[in-house]
Amino acid sequence: MTEKRVTVQLKTGLQARQAALFVQEANRYSADVYLEKDDKKVNAKSIMGIMSLAIGRGTDVVISADGTDEESAVEGLAALVENDA
Amino acid sequence: MGQVTVNDVMDTFQLALVSGEEGIGRHITVSDISRPGLEMAGYFTHYPANRVQLLGKTELSFFSMLDEEERKSRMIKLCTDDTPAVVVAHGEEVPPELVAASNFRHVPVLSTAMTTTRFSGRLTNYLESRLAPTTAVHGVLVDVYGIGILITGKSGVGKSEAALELVKKGHRLVADDCVEIRQETENTLVGSVPKLIEHLLEIRGIGIIDVMTLFGASAVRNHKRISLVIDLEIWDSEKTYDRLGLEEEKTKIIDTELTKLTIPVRPGRNLSVIIEVAAMNHRLKQMGVNAAEDFSTRLDQVISNNPL
Repeated sequence: MTEKRVTVQLKTGLQARQAALFVQEANRYSADVYLEKDDKKVNAKSIMGIMSLAIGRGTDVVISADGTDEESAVEGLAALVENDA
Repeated sequence: MGQVTVNDVMDTFQLALVSGEEGIGRHITVSDISRPGLEMAGYFTHYPANRVQLLGKTELSFFSMLDEEERKSRMIKLCTDDTPAVVVAHGEEVPPELVAASNFRHVPVLSTAMTTTRFSGRLTNYLESRLAPTTAVHGVLVDVYGIGILITGKSGVGKSEAALELVKKGHRLVADDCVEIRQETENTLVGSVPKLIEHLLEIRGIGIIDVMTLFGASAVRNHKRISLVIDLEIWDSEKTYDRLGLEEEKTKIIDTELTKLTIPVRPGRNLSVIIEVAAMNHRLKQMGVNAAEDFSTRLDQVISNNPL
């Protein structure tokens, strides 16, 4: 189990399109990936779950993964939300 | 665990705020309610300060018989830093000593026209459901023939597609992908949909669809008691699947055990029909009819009646 706390830097937060990109990235890994915000934990491979959290810019989230490629999953997803484009 | 503030209770029961406005953000942490009768008589040794204090006709009429000094000191003692709120029921007049003490200690005093026992019951129910332990689960919750079925399984196994087929057949969608589950009482799990994704379903290749506008109001509901868990998994030829249905697999959510069926998915297997039948079979079992067990007993009888 790998965990990382990150602050979302994406300019618009995880809007629908960014959420879809995030979920697409998460689905590339075989590990089970989760995203947690304020004690609410959702499966990062599920777009509705991610969108139900309504994550804005500057929100602190915890990305965690469990599986063979857990480290690269956490790093890859953290890089995605920490990118301020 | 949910959080409830005095403000939430005020809005829900439309209580009037009498005094102590600074304290309306106070958190209520226990669902028990206290009727401080003995405290009015001066016995504060086991005073449950962290509960909502409910004053009714009895407490107040006794209170009015006390002399002025006692009235003042008892109300000050009633309004502690831990007291979330004092509610005066039955439309009784709030004693001025309580108003003074509540403003001094910033404990909100609320009033309602409802009778004391009735309000007490309703408040307990409300607090119990709001303070119940909660969790979020990745899955789809549907209501099939009145049975709340939580469909779980890995991403992409076809949970949402199964839900869509079920909706098309006249069943109801509660939540897609993310289900908030609350253990309302022992052994009762209620699943609900996060407000933001209400009525929505995501189907790969189509995108997000609104089930209510597409299929009408009868195709959705906002919450449903969960009775059965169906776990979908890609057919694994190495694994043995239940062929008889004699044993029941269980899964635990919060502290409640639920029956779990593992259904293998393979192209050509009609999932929605299997889920419908699972729901009906579950109902039948609850009514005491168990096809697998009945058949097994019959088989046993035939075997024992067939001597060599």
